[in-house]
Amino acid sequence: MSKLPYERPVIQRLNTGSMNKFGTRTEYAPVTHIENVSVKSLISEFGSPLFVISENKIRQLYSDVTRAFKTRYPRVQFAWSYKTNYMNAVCNVFHQLGSWAEVVSGFEYNKALKNGVPGSKIIFNGPDKTDDELTLAIRNDSLIHIDHLDELYRIIELAVELKKRPKVAIRVNMDVGIYPMWDRFGFNYENGQAWDAINKIILTDKIDLVGLHAHIGTFMLSPQAYGVAASKLADLAYHTKIKFEKNIEYIDLGGGFASKNTLKGSYLKGSDSSPSFDDYAEAISTALLNAEYTKEHMPLLILESGRALIDEAGFLLGTVIANKRLSDGRRSTILDFGVNILFTAFWYDHKISPAQDFSHYTEDTVLYGPLCMNIDVVRENVTLPPMKKGDQVVVHTVGAYNMTQWMQFISLRPNIVLIDTNGKTHLIRAKESLDTLNSQERMPAHLSSFKL
Amino acid sequence: MWHLFTKSFFNMKIRKNIAVSDSGFIFNPSTGDSFSTNPIGLEIIQMLKEEKSKEEMRKTILQKYQVDEATFEKDFYDFVSMLHQTQIISQDEEKKN
Ligand SMILES: Cc1ncc(COP(=O)(O)O)c(C=O)c1O
Repeated sequence: MSKLPYERPVIQRLNTGSMNKFGTRTEYAPVTHIENVSVKSLISEFGSPLFVISENKIRQLYSDVTRAFKTRYPRVQFAWSYKTNYMNAVCNVFHQLGSWAEVVSGFEYNKALKNGVPGSKIIFNGPDKTDDELTLAIRNDSLIHIDHLDELYRIIELAVELKKRPKVAIRVNMDVGIYPMWDRFGFNYENGQAWDAINKIILTDKIDLVGLHAHIGTFMLSPQAYGVAASKLADLAYHTKIKFEKNIEYIDLGGGFASKNTLKGSYLKGSDSSPSFDDYAEAISTALLNAEYTKEHMPLLILESGRALIDEAGFLLGTVIANKRLSDGRRSTILDFGVNILFTAFWYDHKISPAQDFSHYTEDTVLYGPLCMNIDVVRENVTLPPMKKGDQVVVHTVGAYNMTQWMQFISLRPNIVLIDTNGKTHLIRAKESLDTLNSQERMPAHLSSFKL
Repeated sequence: MWHLFTKSFFNMKIRKNIAVSDSGFIFNPSTGDSFSTNPIGLEIIQMLKEEKSKEEMRKTILQKYQVDEATFEKDFYDFVSMLHQTQIISQDEEKKN
């Protein structure tokens, strides 16, 4: 007689009445395939852990967001926020779809140029732009978004030196009813700084004010805040028109739309509570359409959405290393990835699915990473079927910020694979090796040998 | 390793009044708590109720399921510790014995 498949014995307290605080049952349905490619085969070919990006999902999210905006407002342009995920293959999916580039450092600026984005379609944000970077951006006719007065004066000086008329916007911060207010970037609206900056730029007449920019925050759960921001920028544009007879060509509302992740401590799952693209589009377009523009002078609406367009396209595959029982009786499972590569575990309760079939018995579990550090917690509590060493898991909605904010701490960063629209897999970033890191190091001669 | 499960390490007597259903539903009338367990867990609890020896339990499970000795031993140890924690196995009865 052949033996039955084995499952670890488990016992789970039943909480009658209240919803289990560890989440609902649907959370742990097994996910054996991503875009019809099996998790097993991905891990056996590319190793574990492994980041996987679905090109289909990016294209679908982009088409959803553009439909929401273009059906409500006549002129919309997206600019891919490089910092959210600057794998070149990912950037190029967005550029193929028509996105410009939005960058916040010289490194990102050059990455966008190398990807082939024309300089005039690169938006250069951020408080730290060196003279060399500004010079390059001015020569390339890029859209320079000014963060502070020191930068404004420096650009005016460079414009004179280079005998060019740089295209600029100012970044405006403002009260949109959201706290804490992001007032460290740009010029404030309420206290008149923004209006002062506009006056300085136009009266100096050395640089060309083409746009107004605001990025009111990230993971913004209130569409109405965007309505307020759009109205305030439109108001500045209107006064610029009245006083100087100058049209502002574009209004850039930055990024910040929420993705479908679940913020830590929130009771509702992100997939249920995050506003839709239609909600954001409705608030923004209503504010802009109601502003004081003539039909010919409707500004271009630029959006720099990051996480909402890539989070759901990213998956992290990993493997169970071991199980342990904690002193309070909870099960803990150690995985082969931690906060080193899943940085967003600090912000979100990521949805995690087993990658193989299970019975319907479950246990409350803490998920730890492999780093020798207390902060290395992937999920503080999650209901999962019993998993044994070698079992595989899929972490969902990890496309934003992880592949740019990951840390190289005691281990090496893993492979990243893209599944194209035909289901074909492509390695888009090779895992690091000891050589990758050692090639950056230099050994002083007197330390090059030792005897033990 | 099997010898670790000695009386001093683990009492393995299930409380007399624990109700166990065939579907793996467990009720502890002394605390009012209810639990669910999977088929292997149920099988072990049944054997504990029948006061089977550790050796008998080990043999039964190894013969019936695709599992190696070391894995089962580790899981069994863990499961019995959970039965302690949930007070399905009671410390008091141990003292009385
Ligand atoms: C200026 C600017 N634009 C766009 C973004 C993208 O934000 P998100 O990923 O929240 O859409 C950021 C991120 O902080 C930003 O600082």
